[in-house]
Amino acid sequence: MDLYEYQAKDLFAAHGVPVLPGSVAHTPGEARAIAARLDQTVVVKAQVKTGGRGKAGGVKLAKTAEDAEAKAGAILGLDIKGHVTRKVLVTPASDIDEEYYVSFLLDRANRTFLAMASAEGGMEIEQLAVERPEALAKIPVDAIAGVDAAKAREIVAAGTFPAQVADQVVDVLVKLWRTFVEEAATLVEVNPLVRDPQGRVIALDGKVTLDDNASFRHPGHAELVDSEAEDPLEAKAKAKDLNYVKLDGQVGIIGNGAGLVMSTLDVVAYAGERWGGVKPANFLDIGGGASAEVMANGLEIILSDPDVRSVFVNVFGGITACDEVAKGIVRALEILGDEARKPLVVRLDGNNVDEGRRILAEANHQLVNVVDTMDNAADKAAELATTDLLAGSSNSTTSGA
Amino acid sequence: MAIFLTEQSRVIVQGMTGSEGMKHTKRMLASGTAIVGGVNPRKAGEKVEIDGVSVPVFGTVAEAMTATGADVSVVFVPPAFAKAAVIEAIDAGIGLLVVITEGIPVHDTAAFWAHAVATGNKTRIIGPNCPGVISPGKSNAGIIPADICGPGRIGLVSKSGTLTYQMMYELREFGFSSAVGIGGDPVIGTTHIDALRAFQDDPETAAIVMIGEIGGDAEERAAAYIRDHVTKPVVGYVAGFTAPEGKTMGHAGAIVSGSAGTAAAKQEALEAAGVKVGRTPSEAAGLMREIMASVG
Repeated sequence: MDLYEYQAKDLFAAHGVPVLPGSVAHTPGEARAIAARLDQTVVVKAQVKTGGRGKAGGVKLAKTAEDAEAKAGAILGLDIKGHVTRKVLVTPASDIDEEYYVSFLLDRANRTFLAMASAEGGMEIEQLAVERPEALAKIPVDAIAGVDAAKAREIVAAGTFPAQVADQVVDVLVKLWRTFVEEAATLVEVNPLVRDPQGRVIALDGKVTLDDNASFRHPGHAELVDSEAEDPLEAKAKAKDLNYVKLDGQVGIIGNGAGLVMSTLDVVAYAGERWGGVKPANFLDIGGGASAEVMANGLEIILSDPDVRSVFVNVFGGITACDEVAKGIVRALEILGDEARKPLVVRLDGNNVDEGRRILAEANHQLVNVVDTMDNAADKAAELATTDLLAGSSNSTTSGA
Repeated sequence: MAIFLTEQSRVIVQGMTGSEGMKHTKRMLASGTAIVGGVNPRKAGEKVEIDGVSVPVFGTVAEAMTATGADVSVVFVPPAFAKAAVIEAIDAGIGLLVVITEGIPVHDTAAFWAHAVATGNKTRIIGPNCPGVISPGKSNAGIIPADICGPGRIGLVSKSGTLTYQMMYELREFGFSSAVGIGGDPVIGTTHIDALRAFQDDPETAAIVMIGEIGGDAEERAAAYIRDHVTKPVVGYVAGFTAPEGKTMGHAGAIVSGSAGTAAAKQEALEAAGVKVGRTPSEAAGLMREIMASVG
C-alpha cells in the first residue's frame, strides 16, 4: 500500500524523523482554520499518490488564512495524472538552503535492502538516476545487520553530504531505518530532505510503501487505507477477501492463480483486437482450491460491474476442482436470477474437468457458453462483448441466445 | 535425471499436520514421493496415518533428518512462523527447502535469505509463495498436480503456479524432466537463472520453457544468462502485457513501477537472446512442439 505524504510524515514523526507540523484539510474552510492556527505563511499541498504535483498546480504558497482557503479551493478537486485531489496538507512554508535525498528500499535483484542517498535532492529521483548517476549513492544494507550509526555514516559519506549536516543526517537515517523496519515498509523515501537557514535538517516531503503481507502484525495500518478513494467494486471484493483489480475494458475476467489471470487479460486483449478493441474489465484471482462459494462471490462482483458486457471464466484445475467452479457458476446464476443478463464464456481444464463440464451441461443455462481452449474462449468472450454492445442499446435483456 | 528433485529424494514436511500440509502430503504420497516424516514440535513422537502409510512426526528438522536421512523439506507453515521454520531448516543443513507458504512479509523473507547467505548458502531454497518442484514419475515436493503429465525431456521454470500447470497440460504429449515453480514474491530463493543453469547441465532435458511475468528484472537477467550460457532451445512466455502501472496483479512481486518491469521489455530481452516467445501460453506451447519435433 502506498501512503499519502501526510501519512508518511506522520509515521516519520512517530519514529523521530524531523518533520514540520501540519494538518490535512478536506475543505477550503478546514484549510483556513489550520493556516490560522499555524499563524504564518503556509504551503497548501495536494495529497495524491503520484509525482509531479508542483507542475500540475497542486502545491501553492499562502500568506494568510484567507489565502490558504482560496488556494485549497483551487487545489481540491484538481485532477493530477488521473488522481482527483480530495485533501490537502497545510504546513508551514520553509526557507530552504539546500536539498538532499535519502531512501531505503527493497532491492529485489540482490534480495536485500538498499540505501540511496544524494546531496542533490529535490528533483525526481528517476531523473537524477538517469542524468547524474554518479551523484546518487547506492549502498546495500544487510537485512539482519540493518542500519546503525556506523552504517549511517557510511551512507552519508557515500552520498557526499556536507560536513555541516552530517551528524543530523546520520540521525535521520537511523530513525528512517527504524521506520522502514518497524512499519514493515518496502520503501521509505525523503525527497527533499532540506537544510533550513537555521541549519536544521527536516524531512519536507516523504513517500512510504507498506508491505501488505505484514498487515497481520500491524492492525493499525488498516486505518491508513483511504476507502474514499477506493474503487467501490475493489472495496466490495476486498470485503469478500477476493483479489480484484478494476480495469477499463468490457470483458469481465475470473480465473485461478495470479499468473493465469494475468495471462487471461492478455489473451482477451489480443482477441479484442479482432473485435473492435474490446478489453478486459478487471483482474480477479479466486486463488487455489476455491470453493463454489468463492466462485459465486466473484461472479456476483463482476456481474455487478456496469462496464462488463461479457464474462470469461478461465480455470485450470490444479488444486481447484472444476466441479466446484461449475457449481459456483450455477449457484451464482441462481442467486442472481433475472439480474444476470451478461453472457458467460467458461473454459475449464484439469482436476475434475469432466464432472465440471457435466454440471454446466446439465444446468443448460442460456447465458453460459462452454468453450474448449483458452484462446478460443477469449475470442468468444470478446465477440459476445461486442454483440452485446450493439444489442444492448435497444434491449439488454435479450442477449442470451 | 531431473533437476533438484529425484527418485532418491527423501522428503519431510514442515507444517504437515495443518490442513494444507495434510492435504498436500496426501497428494505427494499418492504421486509416489518418499515422504519420510513431518515436523511439528507439539506433536513430536506421534505417527500420522495417511492412506495406509504411517508418517512419523518429529520435533525439529534436525531430528527428522537424523532419523530418516531426509534431504528435502517442504514448508506449509503459516506466514507468521515461516521465517523461524526456514531458518531452522537452514541451520539443520537440509539440501533443498521448498517454501509453499503464501503471504510471508518481505522483511521476513529478506531476513531468512540473508541468513542463508551468511551461513554459506548450503540450502537451496525454492519460493516462497510457490507451487514447488516436480520431477514427474520420480518425486513431487509441493502442490503441483502429479496427474497432468508424465516424465519427458522438457524442463520448465515459472513464477506462476497455474501457468505451470497450463503449460504442462499443453505439452503433456511430451512430458517433463522437471518443472520448477519459483514463486511470485519480490524476494525468492531459486531464480530463473538457477533453474536454467540446472536444466542446461541436465542430460535428460532437451529443451526449456521459461514463464515470466511483470515486475522486477529477473527475466531480463535470465535473458542475458541464456545468451551467454544456455545452448539448449528455450521457449518463453511472459504474462501481464495489459497490466496497468502501479497496480499489483495478485502476486506481491507483480507490479509495473514506472518504466520498469513491463512485459514488453521482458519479451524484447528474451527475443534478443534468441528465445522464441509466444504471445499466449498455447502459442508458446506450439513453438515448443516445433522444437521437440526437430529434437526428436
